[in-house]
Amino acid sequence: MTALNALTIAEARDGLRRGDFSAREITDACITAIDAADALNAFVTKTPEKALAMADAADARLKAGDAPAMCGVPVGIKDLFCTEGVRAQAASDILRGFKPPYESTVTRRLWDDGAVMLGKLNMDEFAMGSSNETSAYGPVASPWRRRGDNRPLTPGGSSGGSAAAVSADLCLAATGTDTGGSIRQPAAFTGIVGLKPTYGRCSRWGVVAFASSLDQAGPMTKTVRDAAIMLQAIAGEDAKDSTSAPIPVPDFEAALTGDVRGRRIGVPKEYRLDGMPAEIEALWAKGRAMLADAGAEIVDISLPHTKYALPAYYIIAPAEASSNLARYDGVRYGLRAELQPGDDMTDLYERSRAEGFGAEVKRRVMIGAYVLSAGYYDAYYLRAQKVRTLIRRDFEQAFDAGVDAILTPATPSAAFALGEVGGDDPVAMYLNDVFTVTVNLAGLPAISVPAGMNEAGLPLGLQLIGQPWGEAALLNDACALENAAGARPRPGAWW
Amino acid sequence: MAVDKATVRRVAHLARIRVDEDHLAPMAQELSRILAFAEQLAEVNVDGVEPMTSVTPMALRMREDVVTEGDARDAVLANAPLTRGGFFAVPKVVE
Repeated sequence: MTALNALTIAEARDGLRRGDFSAREITDACITAIDAADALNAFVTKTPEKALAMADAADARLKAGDAPAMCGVPVGIKDLFCTEGVRAQAASDILRGFKPPYESTVTRRLWDDGAVMLGKLNMDEFAMGSSNETSAYGPVASPWRRRGDNRPLTPGGSSGGSAAAVSADLCLAATGTDTGGSIRQPAAFTGIVGLKPTYGRCSRWGVVAFASSLDQAGPMTKTVRDAAIMLQAIAGEDAKDSTSAPIPVPDFEAALTGDVRGRRIGVPKEYRLDGMPAEIEALWAKGRAMLADAGAEIVDISLPHTKYALPAYYIIAPAEASSNLARYDGVRYGLRAELQPGDDMTDLYERSRAEGFGAEVKRRVMIGAYVLSAGYYDAYYLRAQKVRTLIRRDFEQAFDAGVDAILTPATPSAAFALGEVGGDDPVAMYLNDVFTVTVNLAGLPAISVPAGMNEAGLPLGLQLIGQPWGEAALLNDACALENAAGARPRPGAWW
Repeated sequence: MAVDKATVRRVAHLARIRVDEDHLAPMAQELSRILAFAEQLAEVNVDGVEPMTSVTPMALRMREDVVTEGDARDAVLANAPLTRGGFFAVPKVVE
């Protein structure tokens, strides 16, 4: 029998309802796995007592026959989500010790359905990063290693703790957030499924804001079916987020027939990059073949403004971040720097923010302030917003021409080693988001599905991009890929 | 466009982030790299293109103009680094 912490959500749901095991037993198995995995640095706050109490409550609900799908399922929560009474720091020193007096809507919905909180997961500071190396808690080590090489690898970012925890079976699933690829890239790097829903599908209320027009929460799971089940639990309109959409939430799991006959899958030529590793090119070709074998029609398409997505993103996201992060003032919550005699309010702000923000966050806040400042606004910010219109139009035209979904690689490479990318060139790290960031700019749903391994034994992911509000059909396309790719890749435990 | 030390000093102040004098030059270099990367956007013809201001074509909803939450002073102050008598406490701002 599968170890209980290695169960999928669907297996746990079915087994709990049958009485094969209890929520408490699954939770115990996860807590044990978490305590044995400190070397990964995935969990930054553990809440075992809370988890066991929630598990007992879930068992009572199961016994009473009142059990939604997530009831009794232990999950990890990205540190970006506010959780009442439990530390939420967005992996930043500026929120050191912050205990939200309220619960995010996404997590509230999970708890209302009886899910069990195991604790908070590491991430890049304020979700700004693609390797989990900007975290105030230190980097996460991926549960994966290259064959014959013990160097620690990145699990990706920003939802690196979530990806590592799910991949290593420390929890059954985790929440992530995705502003430029922060769910999909780490999912691809660790061999799990990551879904970024349509902008507005999930409430952003209580999720620490990075770039409000791009941020979206979503599930990080072991299977496509689990992504459907978890999305069902967290999606839907919320009076507390005016950008959450008043659009009905369909039954996502019911859409998973695996039948994609007649679906038209677009393959955008602009995603074929110069110097793309052969293993990524081969994976993409394999994905096309898998979907074609399943009966889908593969069509070549063009998304002509693709190459401008990354530069537009790195104007728009910092601009929004500089505005959102203005709230960290050393007055209302979080860190306040020690003041010198004679220091005034401006000193308080400047010292607190200098001490509390890490290097990448400072860079982005300053870039944002620069591109929004008088004299530069039109040249940078306004132009980027116009380019964003063109990027969205590219997708609209492809969908209008009859394409149902779009297939691309999820990342331009497999996972890299900690310390291997970036250094004194921040742009080198940004290039990780090249295939994912277009989707955030256009507000579309997209999913990363494990689809193969590279020569070093690391998982690789493919991305499927869907139409707005088309998560059900998108999940079904992903299901076909998953069926063709076979069982999910599992890392060998070294920790 | 290359950013110089004076510009970093100005932007740091706009962003209310103290940057020490010896960090201005490296910071200028990093910001210049990012802005140089963004220069590609100048190639795009954006004549007659409206800037995207709403991700989904959706009007913001109105709600009743009533108090929905309130009377939570202690919760609001609970995470403040310094409070006094039910208020946030800050250095003297008025002489």
